[in-house]
Amino acid sequence: MPIFNYSLGIYSHYFFSLSLSLSLSLSLSLSLSGVDIERSSLSVNMSGGKQRISNLDKPLGKGRPEVNIATFALLFSEIVQYCQNRVYTVPELQNKLSELGYHVGSHLLDLFFLREKGYKREIKLLNMLLFVKSNLWKTLFGKEADKLEHANDDERTYYIIEKEPLVNKFISVPKDKGSLNCAAFTAGILEAILNGANFPAKVTVHWHKGTTFMIKFDESVIARDKVVEGK
Amino acid sequence: MSRQSNRAGDPRKVNGELFTLTYGALVAQLVKDYENDEDVNRQLEKMGYNMGIRLIEDFLARSNVGRCHDFRETADVISKAGFKMYLGITPVVSNWSPAGDEFSLLIENNPLTEFVELPEGHNALNYSNILCGALKGCLEMVQMDVDVRIVQDQLKGDSITEIRLKFIKRLEDALPAGED
Repeated sequence: MPIFNYSLGIYSHYFFSLSLSLSLSLSLSLSLSGVDIERSSLSVNMSGGKQRISNLDKPLGKGRPEVNIATFALLFSEIVQYCQNRVYTVPELQNKLSELGYHVGSHLLDLFFLREKGYKREIKLLNMLLFVKSNLWKTLFGKEADKLEHANDDERTYYIIEKEPLVNKFISVPKDKGSLNCAAFTAGILEAILNGANFPAKVTVHWHKGTTFMIKFDESVIARDKVVEGK
Repeated sequence: MSRQSNRAGDPRKVNGELFTLTYGALVAQLVKDYENDEDVNRQLEKMGYNMGIRLIEDFLARSNVGRCHDFRETADVISKAGFKMYLGITPVVSNWSPAGDEFSLLIENNPLTEFVELPEGHNALNYSNILCGALKGCLEMVQMDVDVRIVQDQLKGDSITEIRLKFIKRLEDALPAGED
């Protein structure tokens, strides 16, 4: 860098000296400061303009921001009400909530694998399920899921049991909609995470021991897992 | 293993990213459901309003904040107590009008807009409009009619998100019996 400045100084001295005959040292310092000013004005122009900074240009936040549970609960309540006004039946409402959850889950997946798994994907079914039950649940809801079970009669089916899901904490289900479980939203998140991690599955929500998320994997997942595990 | 597991979870707190993404899912749904951005803005404001009129009760019950004597005090409480409590941020109060009836909240790290980029063709969308509705709802419940709108938005390339609040009038009628 100094070499560059110096040669520039010589250059400007050459031009200056034609008319002003300034001393070499003076013109050198002049040109040096001139370069500096130019550089700083350049950076001002770049940051001062209405230039959009893409999210990808920003580092991924490390901190885990938190918001009040009331803020989240009220937002979720608005979401449920909004969805309810656009559908006729309880299953439709649950589908709608699940769709919104899917949207959330598909965005969460990247965050999780970047932060918690050190860029490594998970290829074993059981590990993936344990990751969901422990890490994912803990990060999202502040605690691990209560239970993870495997159906006795169907190797494709697993259950994650949660006594009191966060999203249901402040929801009292009206009598005429007894089967409604708003944790369909969480089921949507789960489904997106599993599908995104290449464990295609359907996740449905049921009232059983609190709330049970029934995860039914695609045949291919079970077949692949047998190969992976070398059974 | 993860840092999270070392920390005792606060039962009154929720993962902020879950909140951010949930809000994002809602806005994305609204954009899909409505024809134009103005309708989405209106719907967001309505939802915020509904949240605000319930949030204020929680706030008054938990914050130990008494009656505000002037609008400047209100501004301070909104920023240092309200926003701090519910979104974990403290917006800067500034740009007071000479009459003292209008000010701005300057938000630098808006938790709603983390991970968000506005796609082309949605220049009229006020992504964080739910905040306006919530502020309006809260203030209305404490007998203040206030006009709230977003004047600068980081998502649209501004350096900061600015919410402008203008005091309109006191709502004397809404005073519950037995007060004053």
